[in-house]
Amino acid sequence: MRKKQPTGEQVAPVSGDATGAAAVASTEVLTGPARSLRADAIRRLKKNKLAVAGLVWIIIVILVAITADLWAPYWLGDPVAIDSTTAAERMLLSPSVDHPFGTDKLGRDVASRVVYGARVSLLVGVVAVAIAVAIGLLMGALAAYYGGIWDAIIMRTADVFFAFPYILFAIVLIALLGPGLQNVFIAIGVLGWPSIARVFRSSILSVKENEYVDAARAMGSSTRRILLRHIMPNAVAPIIVYATMSIGGAILTEAALSFLGMGVQPPDPSWGNMLDDARSFMLTAPWLMIYPGIAILTTVLAFVLLGDGLRDALDVKMKE
Amino acid sequence: MIKYIARRILQMIPVFIGVTIILFVLRSPGVVGGDPIRMITGERAISETLYNQLVERYGLDEPFYVQYATYLNDLVHGDLGQSYNKSRPVAEILWDKFPNTLRLALAAILIEMVFGIIAGIISAVKRYSFWDVLVTFSTSVLVSLPVFWLGMLLQILFGLKFKEWGLPYLPISGMSSERFPDIVHLIMPAITLASVSTAYAARIMRSQLLEVMGQDYMRTAAAKGLSHGMVIWNHGMKNAMIPVVTYFGLDFAAMMGGTVLTETVFNWPGIGYEIFLAIGQRDWPIVMGATIIIVFIVMAMNLIVDISYAFLDPRIRYGRQVA
Repeated sequence: MRKKQPTGEQVAPVSGDATGAAAVASTEVLTGPARSLRADAIRRLKKNKLAVAGLVWIIIVILVAITADLWAPYWLGDPVAIDSTTAAERMLLSPSVDHPFGTDKLGRDVASRVVYGARVSLLVGVVAVAIAVAIGLLMGALAAYYGGIWDAIIMRTADVFFAFPYILFAIVLIALLGPGLQNVFIAIGVLGWPSIARVFRSSILSVKENEYVDAARAMGSSTRRILLRHIMPNAVAPIIVYATMSIGGAILTEAALSFLGMGVQPPDPSWGNMLDDARSFMLTAPWLMIYPGIAILTTVLAFVLLGDGLRDALDVKMKE
Repeated sequence: MIKYIARRILQMIPVFIGVTIILFVLRSPGVVGGDPIRMITGERAISETLYNQLVERYGLDEPFYVQYATYLNDLVHGDLGQSYNKSRPVAEILWDKFPNTLRLALAAILIEMVFGIIAGIISAVKRYSFWDVLVTFSTSVLVSLPVFWLGMLLQILFGLKFKEWGLPYLPISGMSSERFPDIVHLIMPAITLASVSTAYAARIMRSQLLEVMGQDYMRTAAAKGLSHGMVIWNHGMKNAMIPVVTYFGLDFAAMMGGTVLTETVFNWPGIGYEIFLAIGQRDWPIVMGATIIIVFIVMAMNLIVDISYAFLDPRIRYGRQVA
């Protein structure tokens, strides 16, 4: 699903085929010169400076996270290991050339930990949202296409999930599953599906009414073919927007859970558990909390801005 | 109207039962939670006699459905079970903490209303101005900000640094002290809890007011010679406020869940902090009881919001089937 997400890099001149593209009806297309819907959306996205800035920042964070092993341990220091011979003299150093973000209570380099924390955050964002989207798409499609009893069961189950305040349910789930990264994936994934299912369901229901779906059926297309070829590509735009925004939400949730000691466990670094550690040194070593916090804020903000931009570019109407 | 309310209350029952079943199933042995007795005793080694006594005391030897029925029956009678660690009824513990959470949430809602509405109005009326861009961007920043980090930043600046600099400072933890009046203790936790919601409130206020300002009756009002301010105040605000008021209602309930983080950062002795502590002590009856109460509040608020819709918007009438 996410592969179809238009990104700034794919700004190939008006080429792609409009049929398979993750496109959405737009009136603008009727008046302008012949362009594919995807190219049109990308053009609009490019005009949104904040969204482009968000995308650039996301790409930077991804590159930093992927390449961390190549440079962070050598240039900055090991993010996890504690060197007991030098720990005492290296602990809680304020930011300097050697340690741009300072060191923590065990003499580890904070910048290195922030870099490795990016891995956790991005992984949680992508994996947890992928789980939520996979379940949500399946449930939403079942509910919308088959209707009746399927619809009733799935949407009432979704209602039960909606009755729980999100973060509270996540905390309760982790309390039972036990702390750890894997359970964070599960908790966020399981909690995320009802929203995706609801968005996808309503989006299918509105697409289903179009004449071209009737036409396809009249031509004898199978249900499977109608769903995959005609409904999915047109119903997917809101999901792209929603998933992009959800990644930001998932990163925040992981940070919150790790902050409460329920997510990534020490000594492994995560932006959330670094903030938890920092609480004891707020006055003596404020850098411990400044940089992980800025990392969370900027990364989540980047996904929010990109999501806003995609929403406008794909012309998706969403309720706040 | 009464018919509608009755129907909505009936609809709440299956959802509520679903919530309790999910919580109950999750904690059952063999699902995910493991052995409840182990949750009580932790890693301590206990004799078999004591183990069996505990099993009997908490009714864990009964079949699952009997346990569930007992829990549900107790729940209806206001009994949330017994805390594992505090040897006090859960309902009593939560009843002690609830007013503190309520006070915090009310203060947060107040902040949210005042700042959210004002920011939204400025943003909509002065569309595309510097102020609009500022409000729009800061709402994006606020929704991306981890609330607990915001809390910590406030603690450092207004609590610790201001004290260091000899300025008037704010208390960073707890709900009352000899040094500060209670209301001063409330300031930072309430701002922290309100932050995200205020941003959403401002966005909704802005988009609603912009939509209303595009309506024909606004142009008519202006054509009649009313001043710009009068048009916005008398004709615009009334119509734009309905979704905003709805949002406050729903958000108040969501805040109950959000209190876990804020209360933990500020050691605020409310339900959220109690949940956090109970999880650490594996005191599952407290976690479960508090969650059920919060879910109940969420559902009740949803109902109240839907009903108040009918009073706020004369076009909406429930009970009649609308095509």
